[in-house]
Formats: sequence, structure tokens, C-alpha cells
Amino acid sequence: MNPLSLSGISKHFGGIVAIERFDLEVEAGEVVALVGDNGAGKSTLVRIISGVHQPTDGEIRLAGERVAFRDASDARANGVEVVYQDLALVDLQPVYMNLFLGRELRRKPFGLLDRAEMARQTQQLVDDLDVRIPTAKAALGDLSGGQRQAIAIARATHWASRLVLMDEPTAALGVAETAKVEELILKLKARGAAVLVVSHNMEQVFRIADRVTVLRRGRQVGTKRVAETSHNELVSMITGLSS
Amino acid sequence: MTIAPTQAPAEKGVQLVVRSWRNYVVYVGFVVVFLYFAATQGASFLNGTTLVNIVTQATPITIMAVGTVFVLSLGEIDLSIGSTVALAALTAAATLQVSGAWWIAALAGLAVGAAVGLVNGLFVTVMRLPSFLVTLATMGLVAGLAQQVTNLQSVPVTDAAFGWLLGGGTLLGIPILIWWSAVAAVIGWHVLRQRRFGAHVLAVGNNASAARVSGIKVTRVRIAVFMLSGTTAALAGLLYAGRLAGATYTLGTTDLMSVLAAVIVGGTALTGGKASMIGAVVGSLFMSMINYGLLLAGLTVAQQEIVRGVIILIAVSLSLRGKKGS
Repeated sequence: MNPLSLSGISKHFGGIVAIERFDLEVEAGEVVALVGDNGAGKSTLVRIISGVHQPTDGEIRLAGERVAFRDASDARANGVEVVYQDLALVDLQPVYMNLFLGRELRRKPFGLLDRAEMARQTQQLVDDLDVRIPTAKAALGDLSGGQRQAIAIARATHWASRLVLMDEPTAALGVAETAKVEELILKLKARGAAVLVVSHNMEQVFRIADRVTVLRRGRQVGTKRVAETSHNELVSMITGLSS
Repeated sequence: MTIAPTQAPAEKGVQLVVRSWRNYVVYVGFVVVFLYFAATQGASFLNGTTLVNIVTQATPITIMAVGTVFVLSLGEIDLSIGSTVALAALTAAATLQVSGAWWIAALAGLAVGAAVGLVNGLFVTVMRLPSFLVTLATMGLVAGLAQQVTNLQSVPVTDAAFGWLLGGGTLLGIPILIWWSAVAAVIGWHVLRQRRFGAHVLAVGNNASAARVSGIKVTRVRIAVFMLSGTTAALAGLLYAGRLAGATYTLGTTDLMSVLAAVIVGGTALTGGKASMIGAVVGSLFMSMINYGLLLAGLTVAQQEIVRGVIILIAVSLSLRGKKGS
């Protein structure tokens, strides 16, 4: 059973069709890229899978089991984690609090926050993933953009039991930081996670993805193995113009 | 949210020094002003009675400061606390006359505060209005209610238990008001630093959308904080009623500025996400010390107001300067 399988997903906002009959399977240990022009419906699709929007029609299955999420927390409880492009992190809090945001560890018997244990687990996780930060107790805002996105991905890794969705995870990053984040995505894949990543960057798609699926104005134009397609072919699928 | 460019280490070091200095403004200011009054007024300032008075007079401010730390941490403001003091005090005093039971009176006062907070919280969350405007409106509304409810009459409090517990009592040789301050400060610190709720308040204040996608119930947190603020204001009102053995609609009318100054000088950011409970408590003692010192110095009420305004202005600029953009 694949971690994620979508069949016939459609989404209408009033009279407007945002997504029309979208199908996709993502296997464990596979990175699938979702590409398309602005307004093609990529982010809408991510929001549907992560429970922010509900599909008008179609089926979402996680490991074969049909799911219908009420909201984002519901999706998270089912092992779906999202890395947002605008970093859904809290700058003024320490790294470890960000990792455990909304799921803080507490100590028995009085339910006090267990800061030491959260810091310890965070340190272990960032060491495992080879994310270099001064300390897990550093304020998140003191880290660079790349380090912060790495923390967002580390958080997703820590909590995702099935699927990690990434909405343009490197859109705001420089070249070196992008390379680091891509390395992290490949590590996620090596650990057997299913990753669906929205990207605008063709070179990136060829560097990290196994397969790529193209959306144009809400319609799924096609899905290709990255090894069997070319930059030009993808561009013409995205734009609808023959090259 | 934007991503700041990576800073050069030297620049970061300087920032760190400036930042930590700002966090300590209230402590430095407290010591400086303390030494100044001690030097200029000698024994009339430096004696047990005066020092105890400074703490007991600060009690209502300290308790409201605890609630206000949570409100500012959320990036919100509650301007209605001053008038809630009067309404809660009058409600408690009137209930006491009717029921004769101090605890029913106290609960009624606290319930009024929580209700004002609930109204504020609902308008801020459900109606999505800025807390500045909502609480500006409820400030006037509550003050009007306080005047209306007893027709501008003051209500005496003669119940011995009420007067002991919420005013003139002593426990283990320490005035009960100091106990109230200490308990409020410890509970406030505990909830802010050691409880999930405090972590969620700071997260919502720093980045509400991040908090929401992380599964934090943002609306619930916001309403709870406004109710907490209203309840601490009501408790301050009960303590005024107990200490002064009566309630009038003028109680607490000048407290709003003192509370905000105490909390901001204490290192809690107006923009949310950053808080210091200990700083706020020291801030409230600082405000009380200034009030007392200026009184001892023989300044007229008008002169006291001017000097107090200047001192607050200096302290606030020291603790907030250059904070924009970060």
C-alpha cells in the first residue's frame, strides 16, 4: 500500500474549478515533484492533502485507508506533516520549542513542560540529520534562513509517520542553503518517507525528484519519471506551448 | 515573515549586548532610583514601614501586571482593566451587603472581571477587531456601568473576614497584601514558563499562523488570556475594596498607565511573543517606589504626575529603543 494515493481529486471554489480530477500515487522512499505555473493549483492541492481544504470530489488514501480530514491538526494526527514556504515557526522561541510546538512534552506528575527532554531530543534529531546549529536552546530567530528551513524539515521528519508535503521549501533561500535543504530532503527519502514537493525550480526537480507531475490551470497534464523526461518537455507541459 | 540575512559575528555580538541591556533596564532603574531616594531622603525613606508600604501599595498594580504580561505576550492590549477594577470592587461590596458572605462577594467580583474579559476576547476573536479598539470601548462601557450601578455612591465594606483576607490582614507577620502579590507573581511565572498554556500564548503572540498550523487552538488561547486579564483586574479591585474598607467608582482609574509602564519597562514586548514576569513584578515595585518617593519628597500632586511621566518616558525608551524590525 502506498503512503499516499489520490484518485479523482477535484476542488471547486464556488463556480471556479481549482483542481480537476487529479490522480497520484507516492511510494515510500520516493520524492515526487509537483510543478506548474502560478495559479495552476499546486498549493491548493497541498492544502487539500494537509486537511486545510476539503476536496469537492475524489478520494485520499493513506496507506490504503480512506481519510477525510476536518482540519490541519486532524491530518497531522494521521501522520501528514507540511513544510511551508513561509516557515511556520516561532522566531522568539528556542529551537526545541519550535520542534515541539503544539505537542510539547510534559513531565509527570504535575504536567510541567519538560524543556530538558525536548532540548535533548531536538539535539539528537538535528545531529542525526546533520543540521548544524549552535544549540537546540538557541532562539530560532538567531539562525539563518537555511538553518530555519532545516529545522522546519527536521520537525516534519520527527512527526511524519507517513508523508511529508513541502510547499516550495527553498523559495526563500540562497544557493548554499538550498543545497543543504535538498540534501535533507534526500535524507528523508533514504529514511523511507514519502515526499511530495512543490517546486518552481526545474533544476531542483531534476536533482531531487524521482517522478514529476505537472498541473496546468487545475488540470493534470501528465506524470513522468524524471529520468525519462527533459527540461524542455516539462516546460512545454507547464506552459502548454510546444517547444 | 521575512528571513533576515546572516549577520556578521561582530554585529551579532553588539546586538546581544544591547539586547541583554534592555532586558535589565528595570533592575538597573530600580536600584538607581532606590539609591537616589535613600541618599536624598535618608531615614524617612529607608525604614521598614516605608519599604513595606511600597510593596503593599504596589499590590493591585503587581496583580494586574501579571494579567497584562499575558495580554502583551499575545501582541494584544487590554485598556479596560482600570475600569474593571471599580466595577468588580463595587459588585463585591454590594454583594457583600446583600449576602453577608465574603466568599460570595469575592466570587461575584471575580466573575464580573472574567465576564468583561470574555466580552473583550469574543470581540477580538470572533469579530476579528483590534483589541485596542475593543478594550477602548469596553473601558468606557465598564466605567459607565460602575457609575450607574450604585448611582455614584460609594459602598462600605464592613465584613471582618473580607477586610482581613483582602486588605489589612497579616499572616506569619507579613501583610496579607504582600502574600497576594507573591502568590500572583509565582503563579503567573509558573503558568508562563512551565505550562503548555504559557508556551502557546508566546507562540500565538509571535506568529499566530504558525501556532495555528501547529495545532494550537489560537482562538481559545486568546479568549482565555482576556478572561485572565479581566480576572486579575477584578482581584485588584477586591484588594482595593478590602484595604480601603469600601468601593467607589473612582478606584483604579489611574492604574492603567502604571500597569502598562510596569510591564513594558519590565521587558515584555508590546509586539508579542516576548515576556518577563519577574521584570513586570519589579516594574510594578519600581512604579510604587517612584510614587512613594515623590510623595515623601514633598512634591505636589501635579509635580508628581509630571516627574512620573518623565521617568516612565525615559525607562520605556531605554527598554524599547531600536526594537523595530527585529
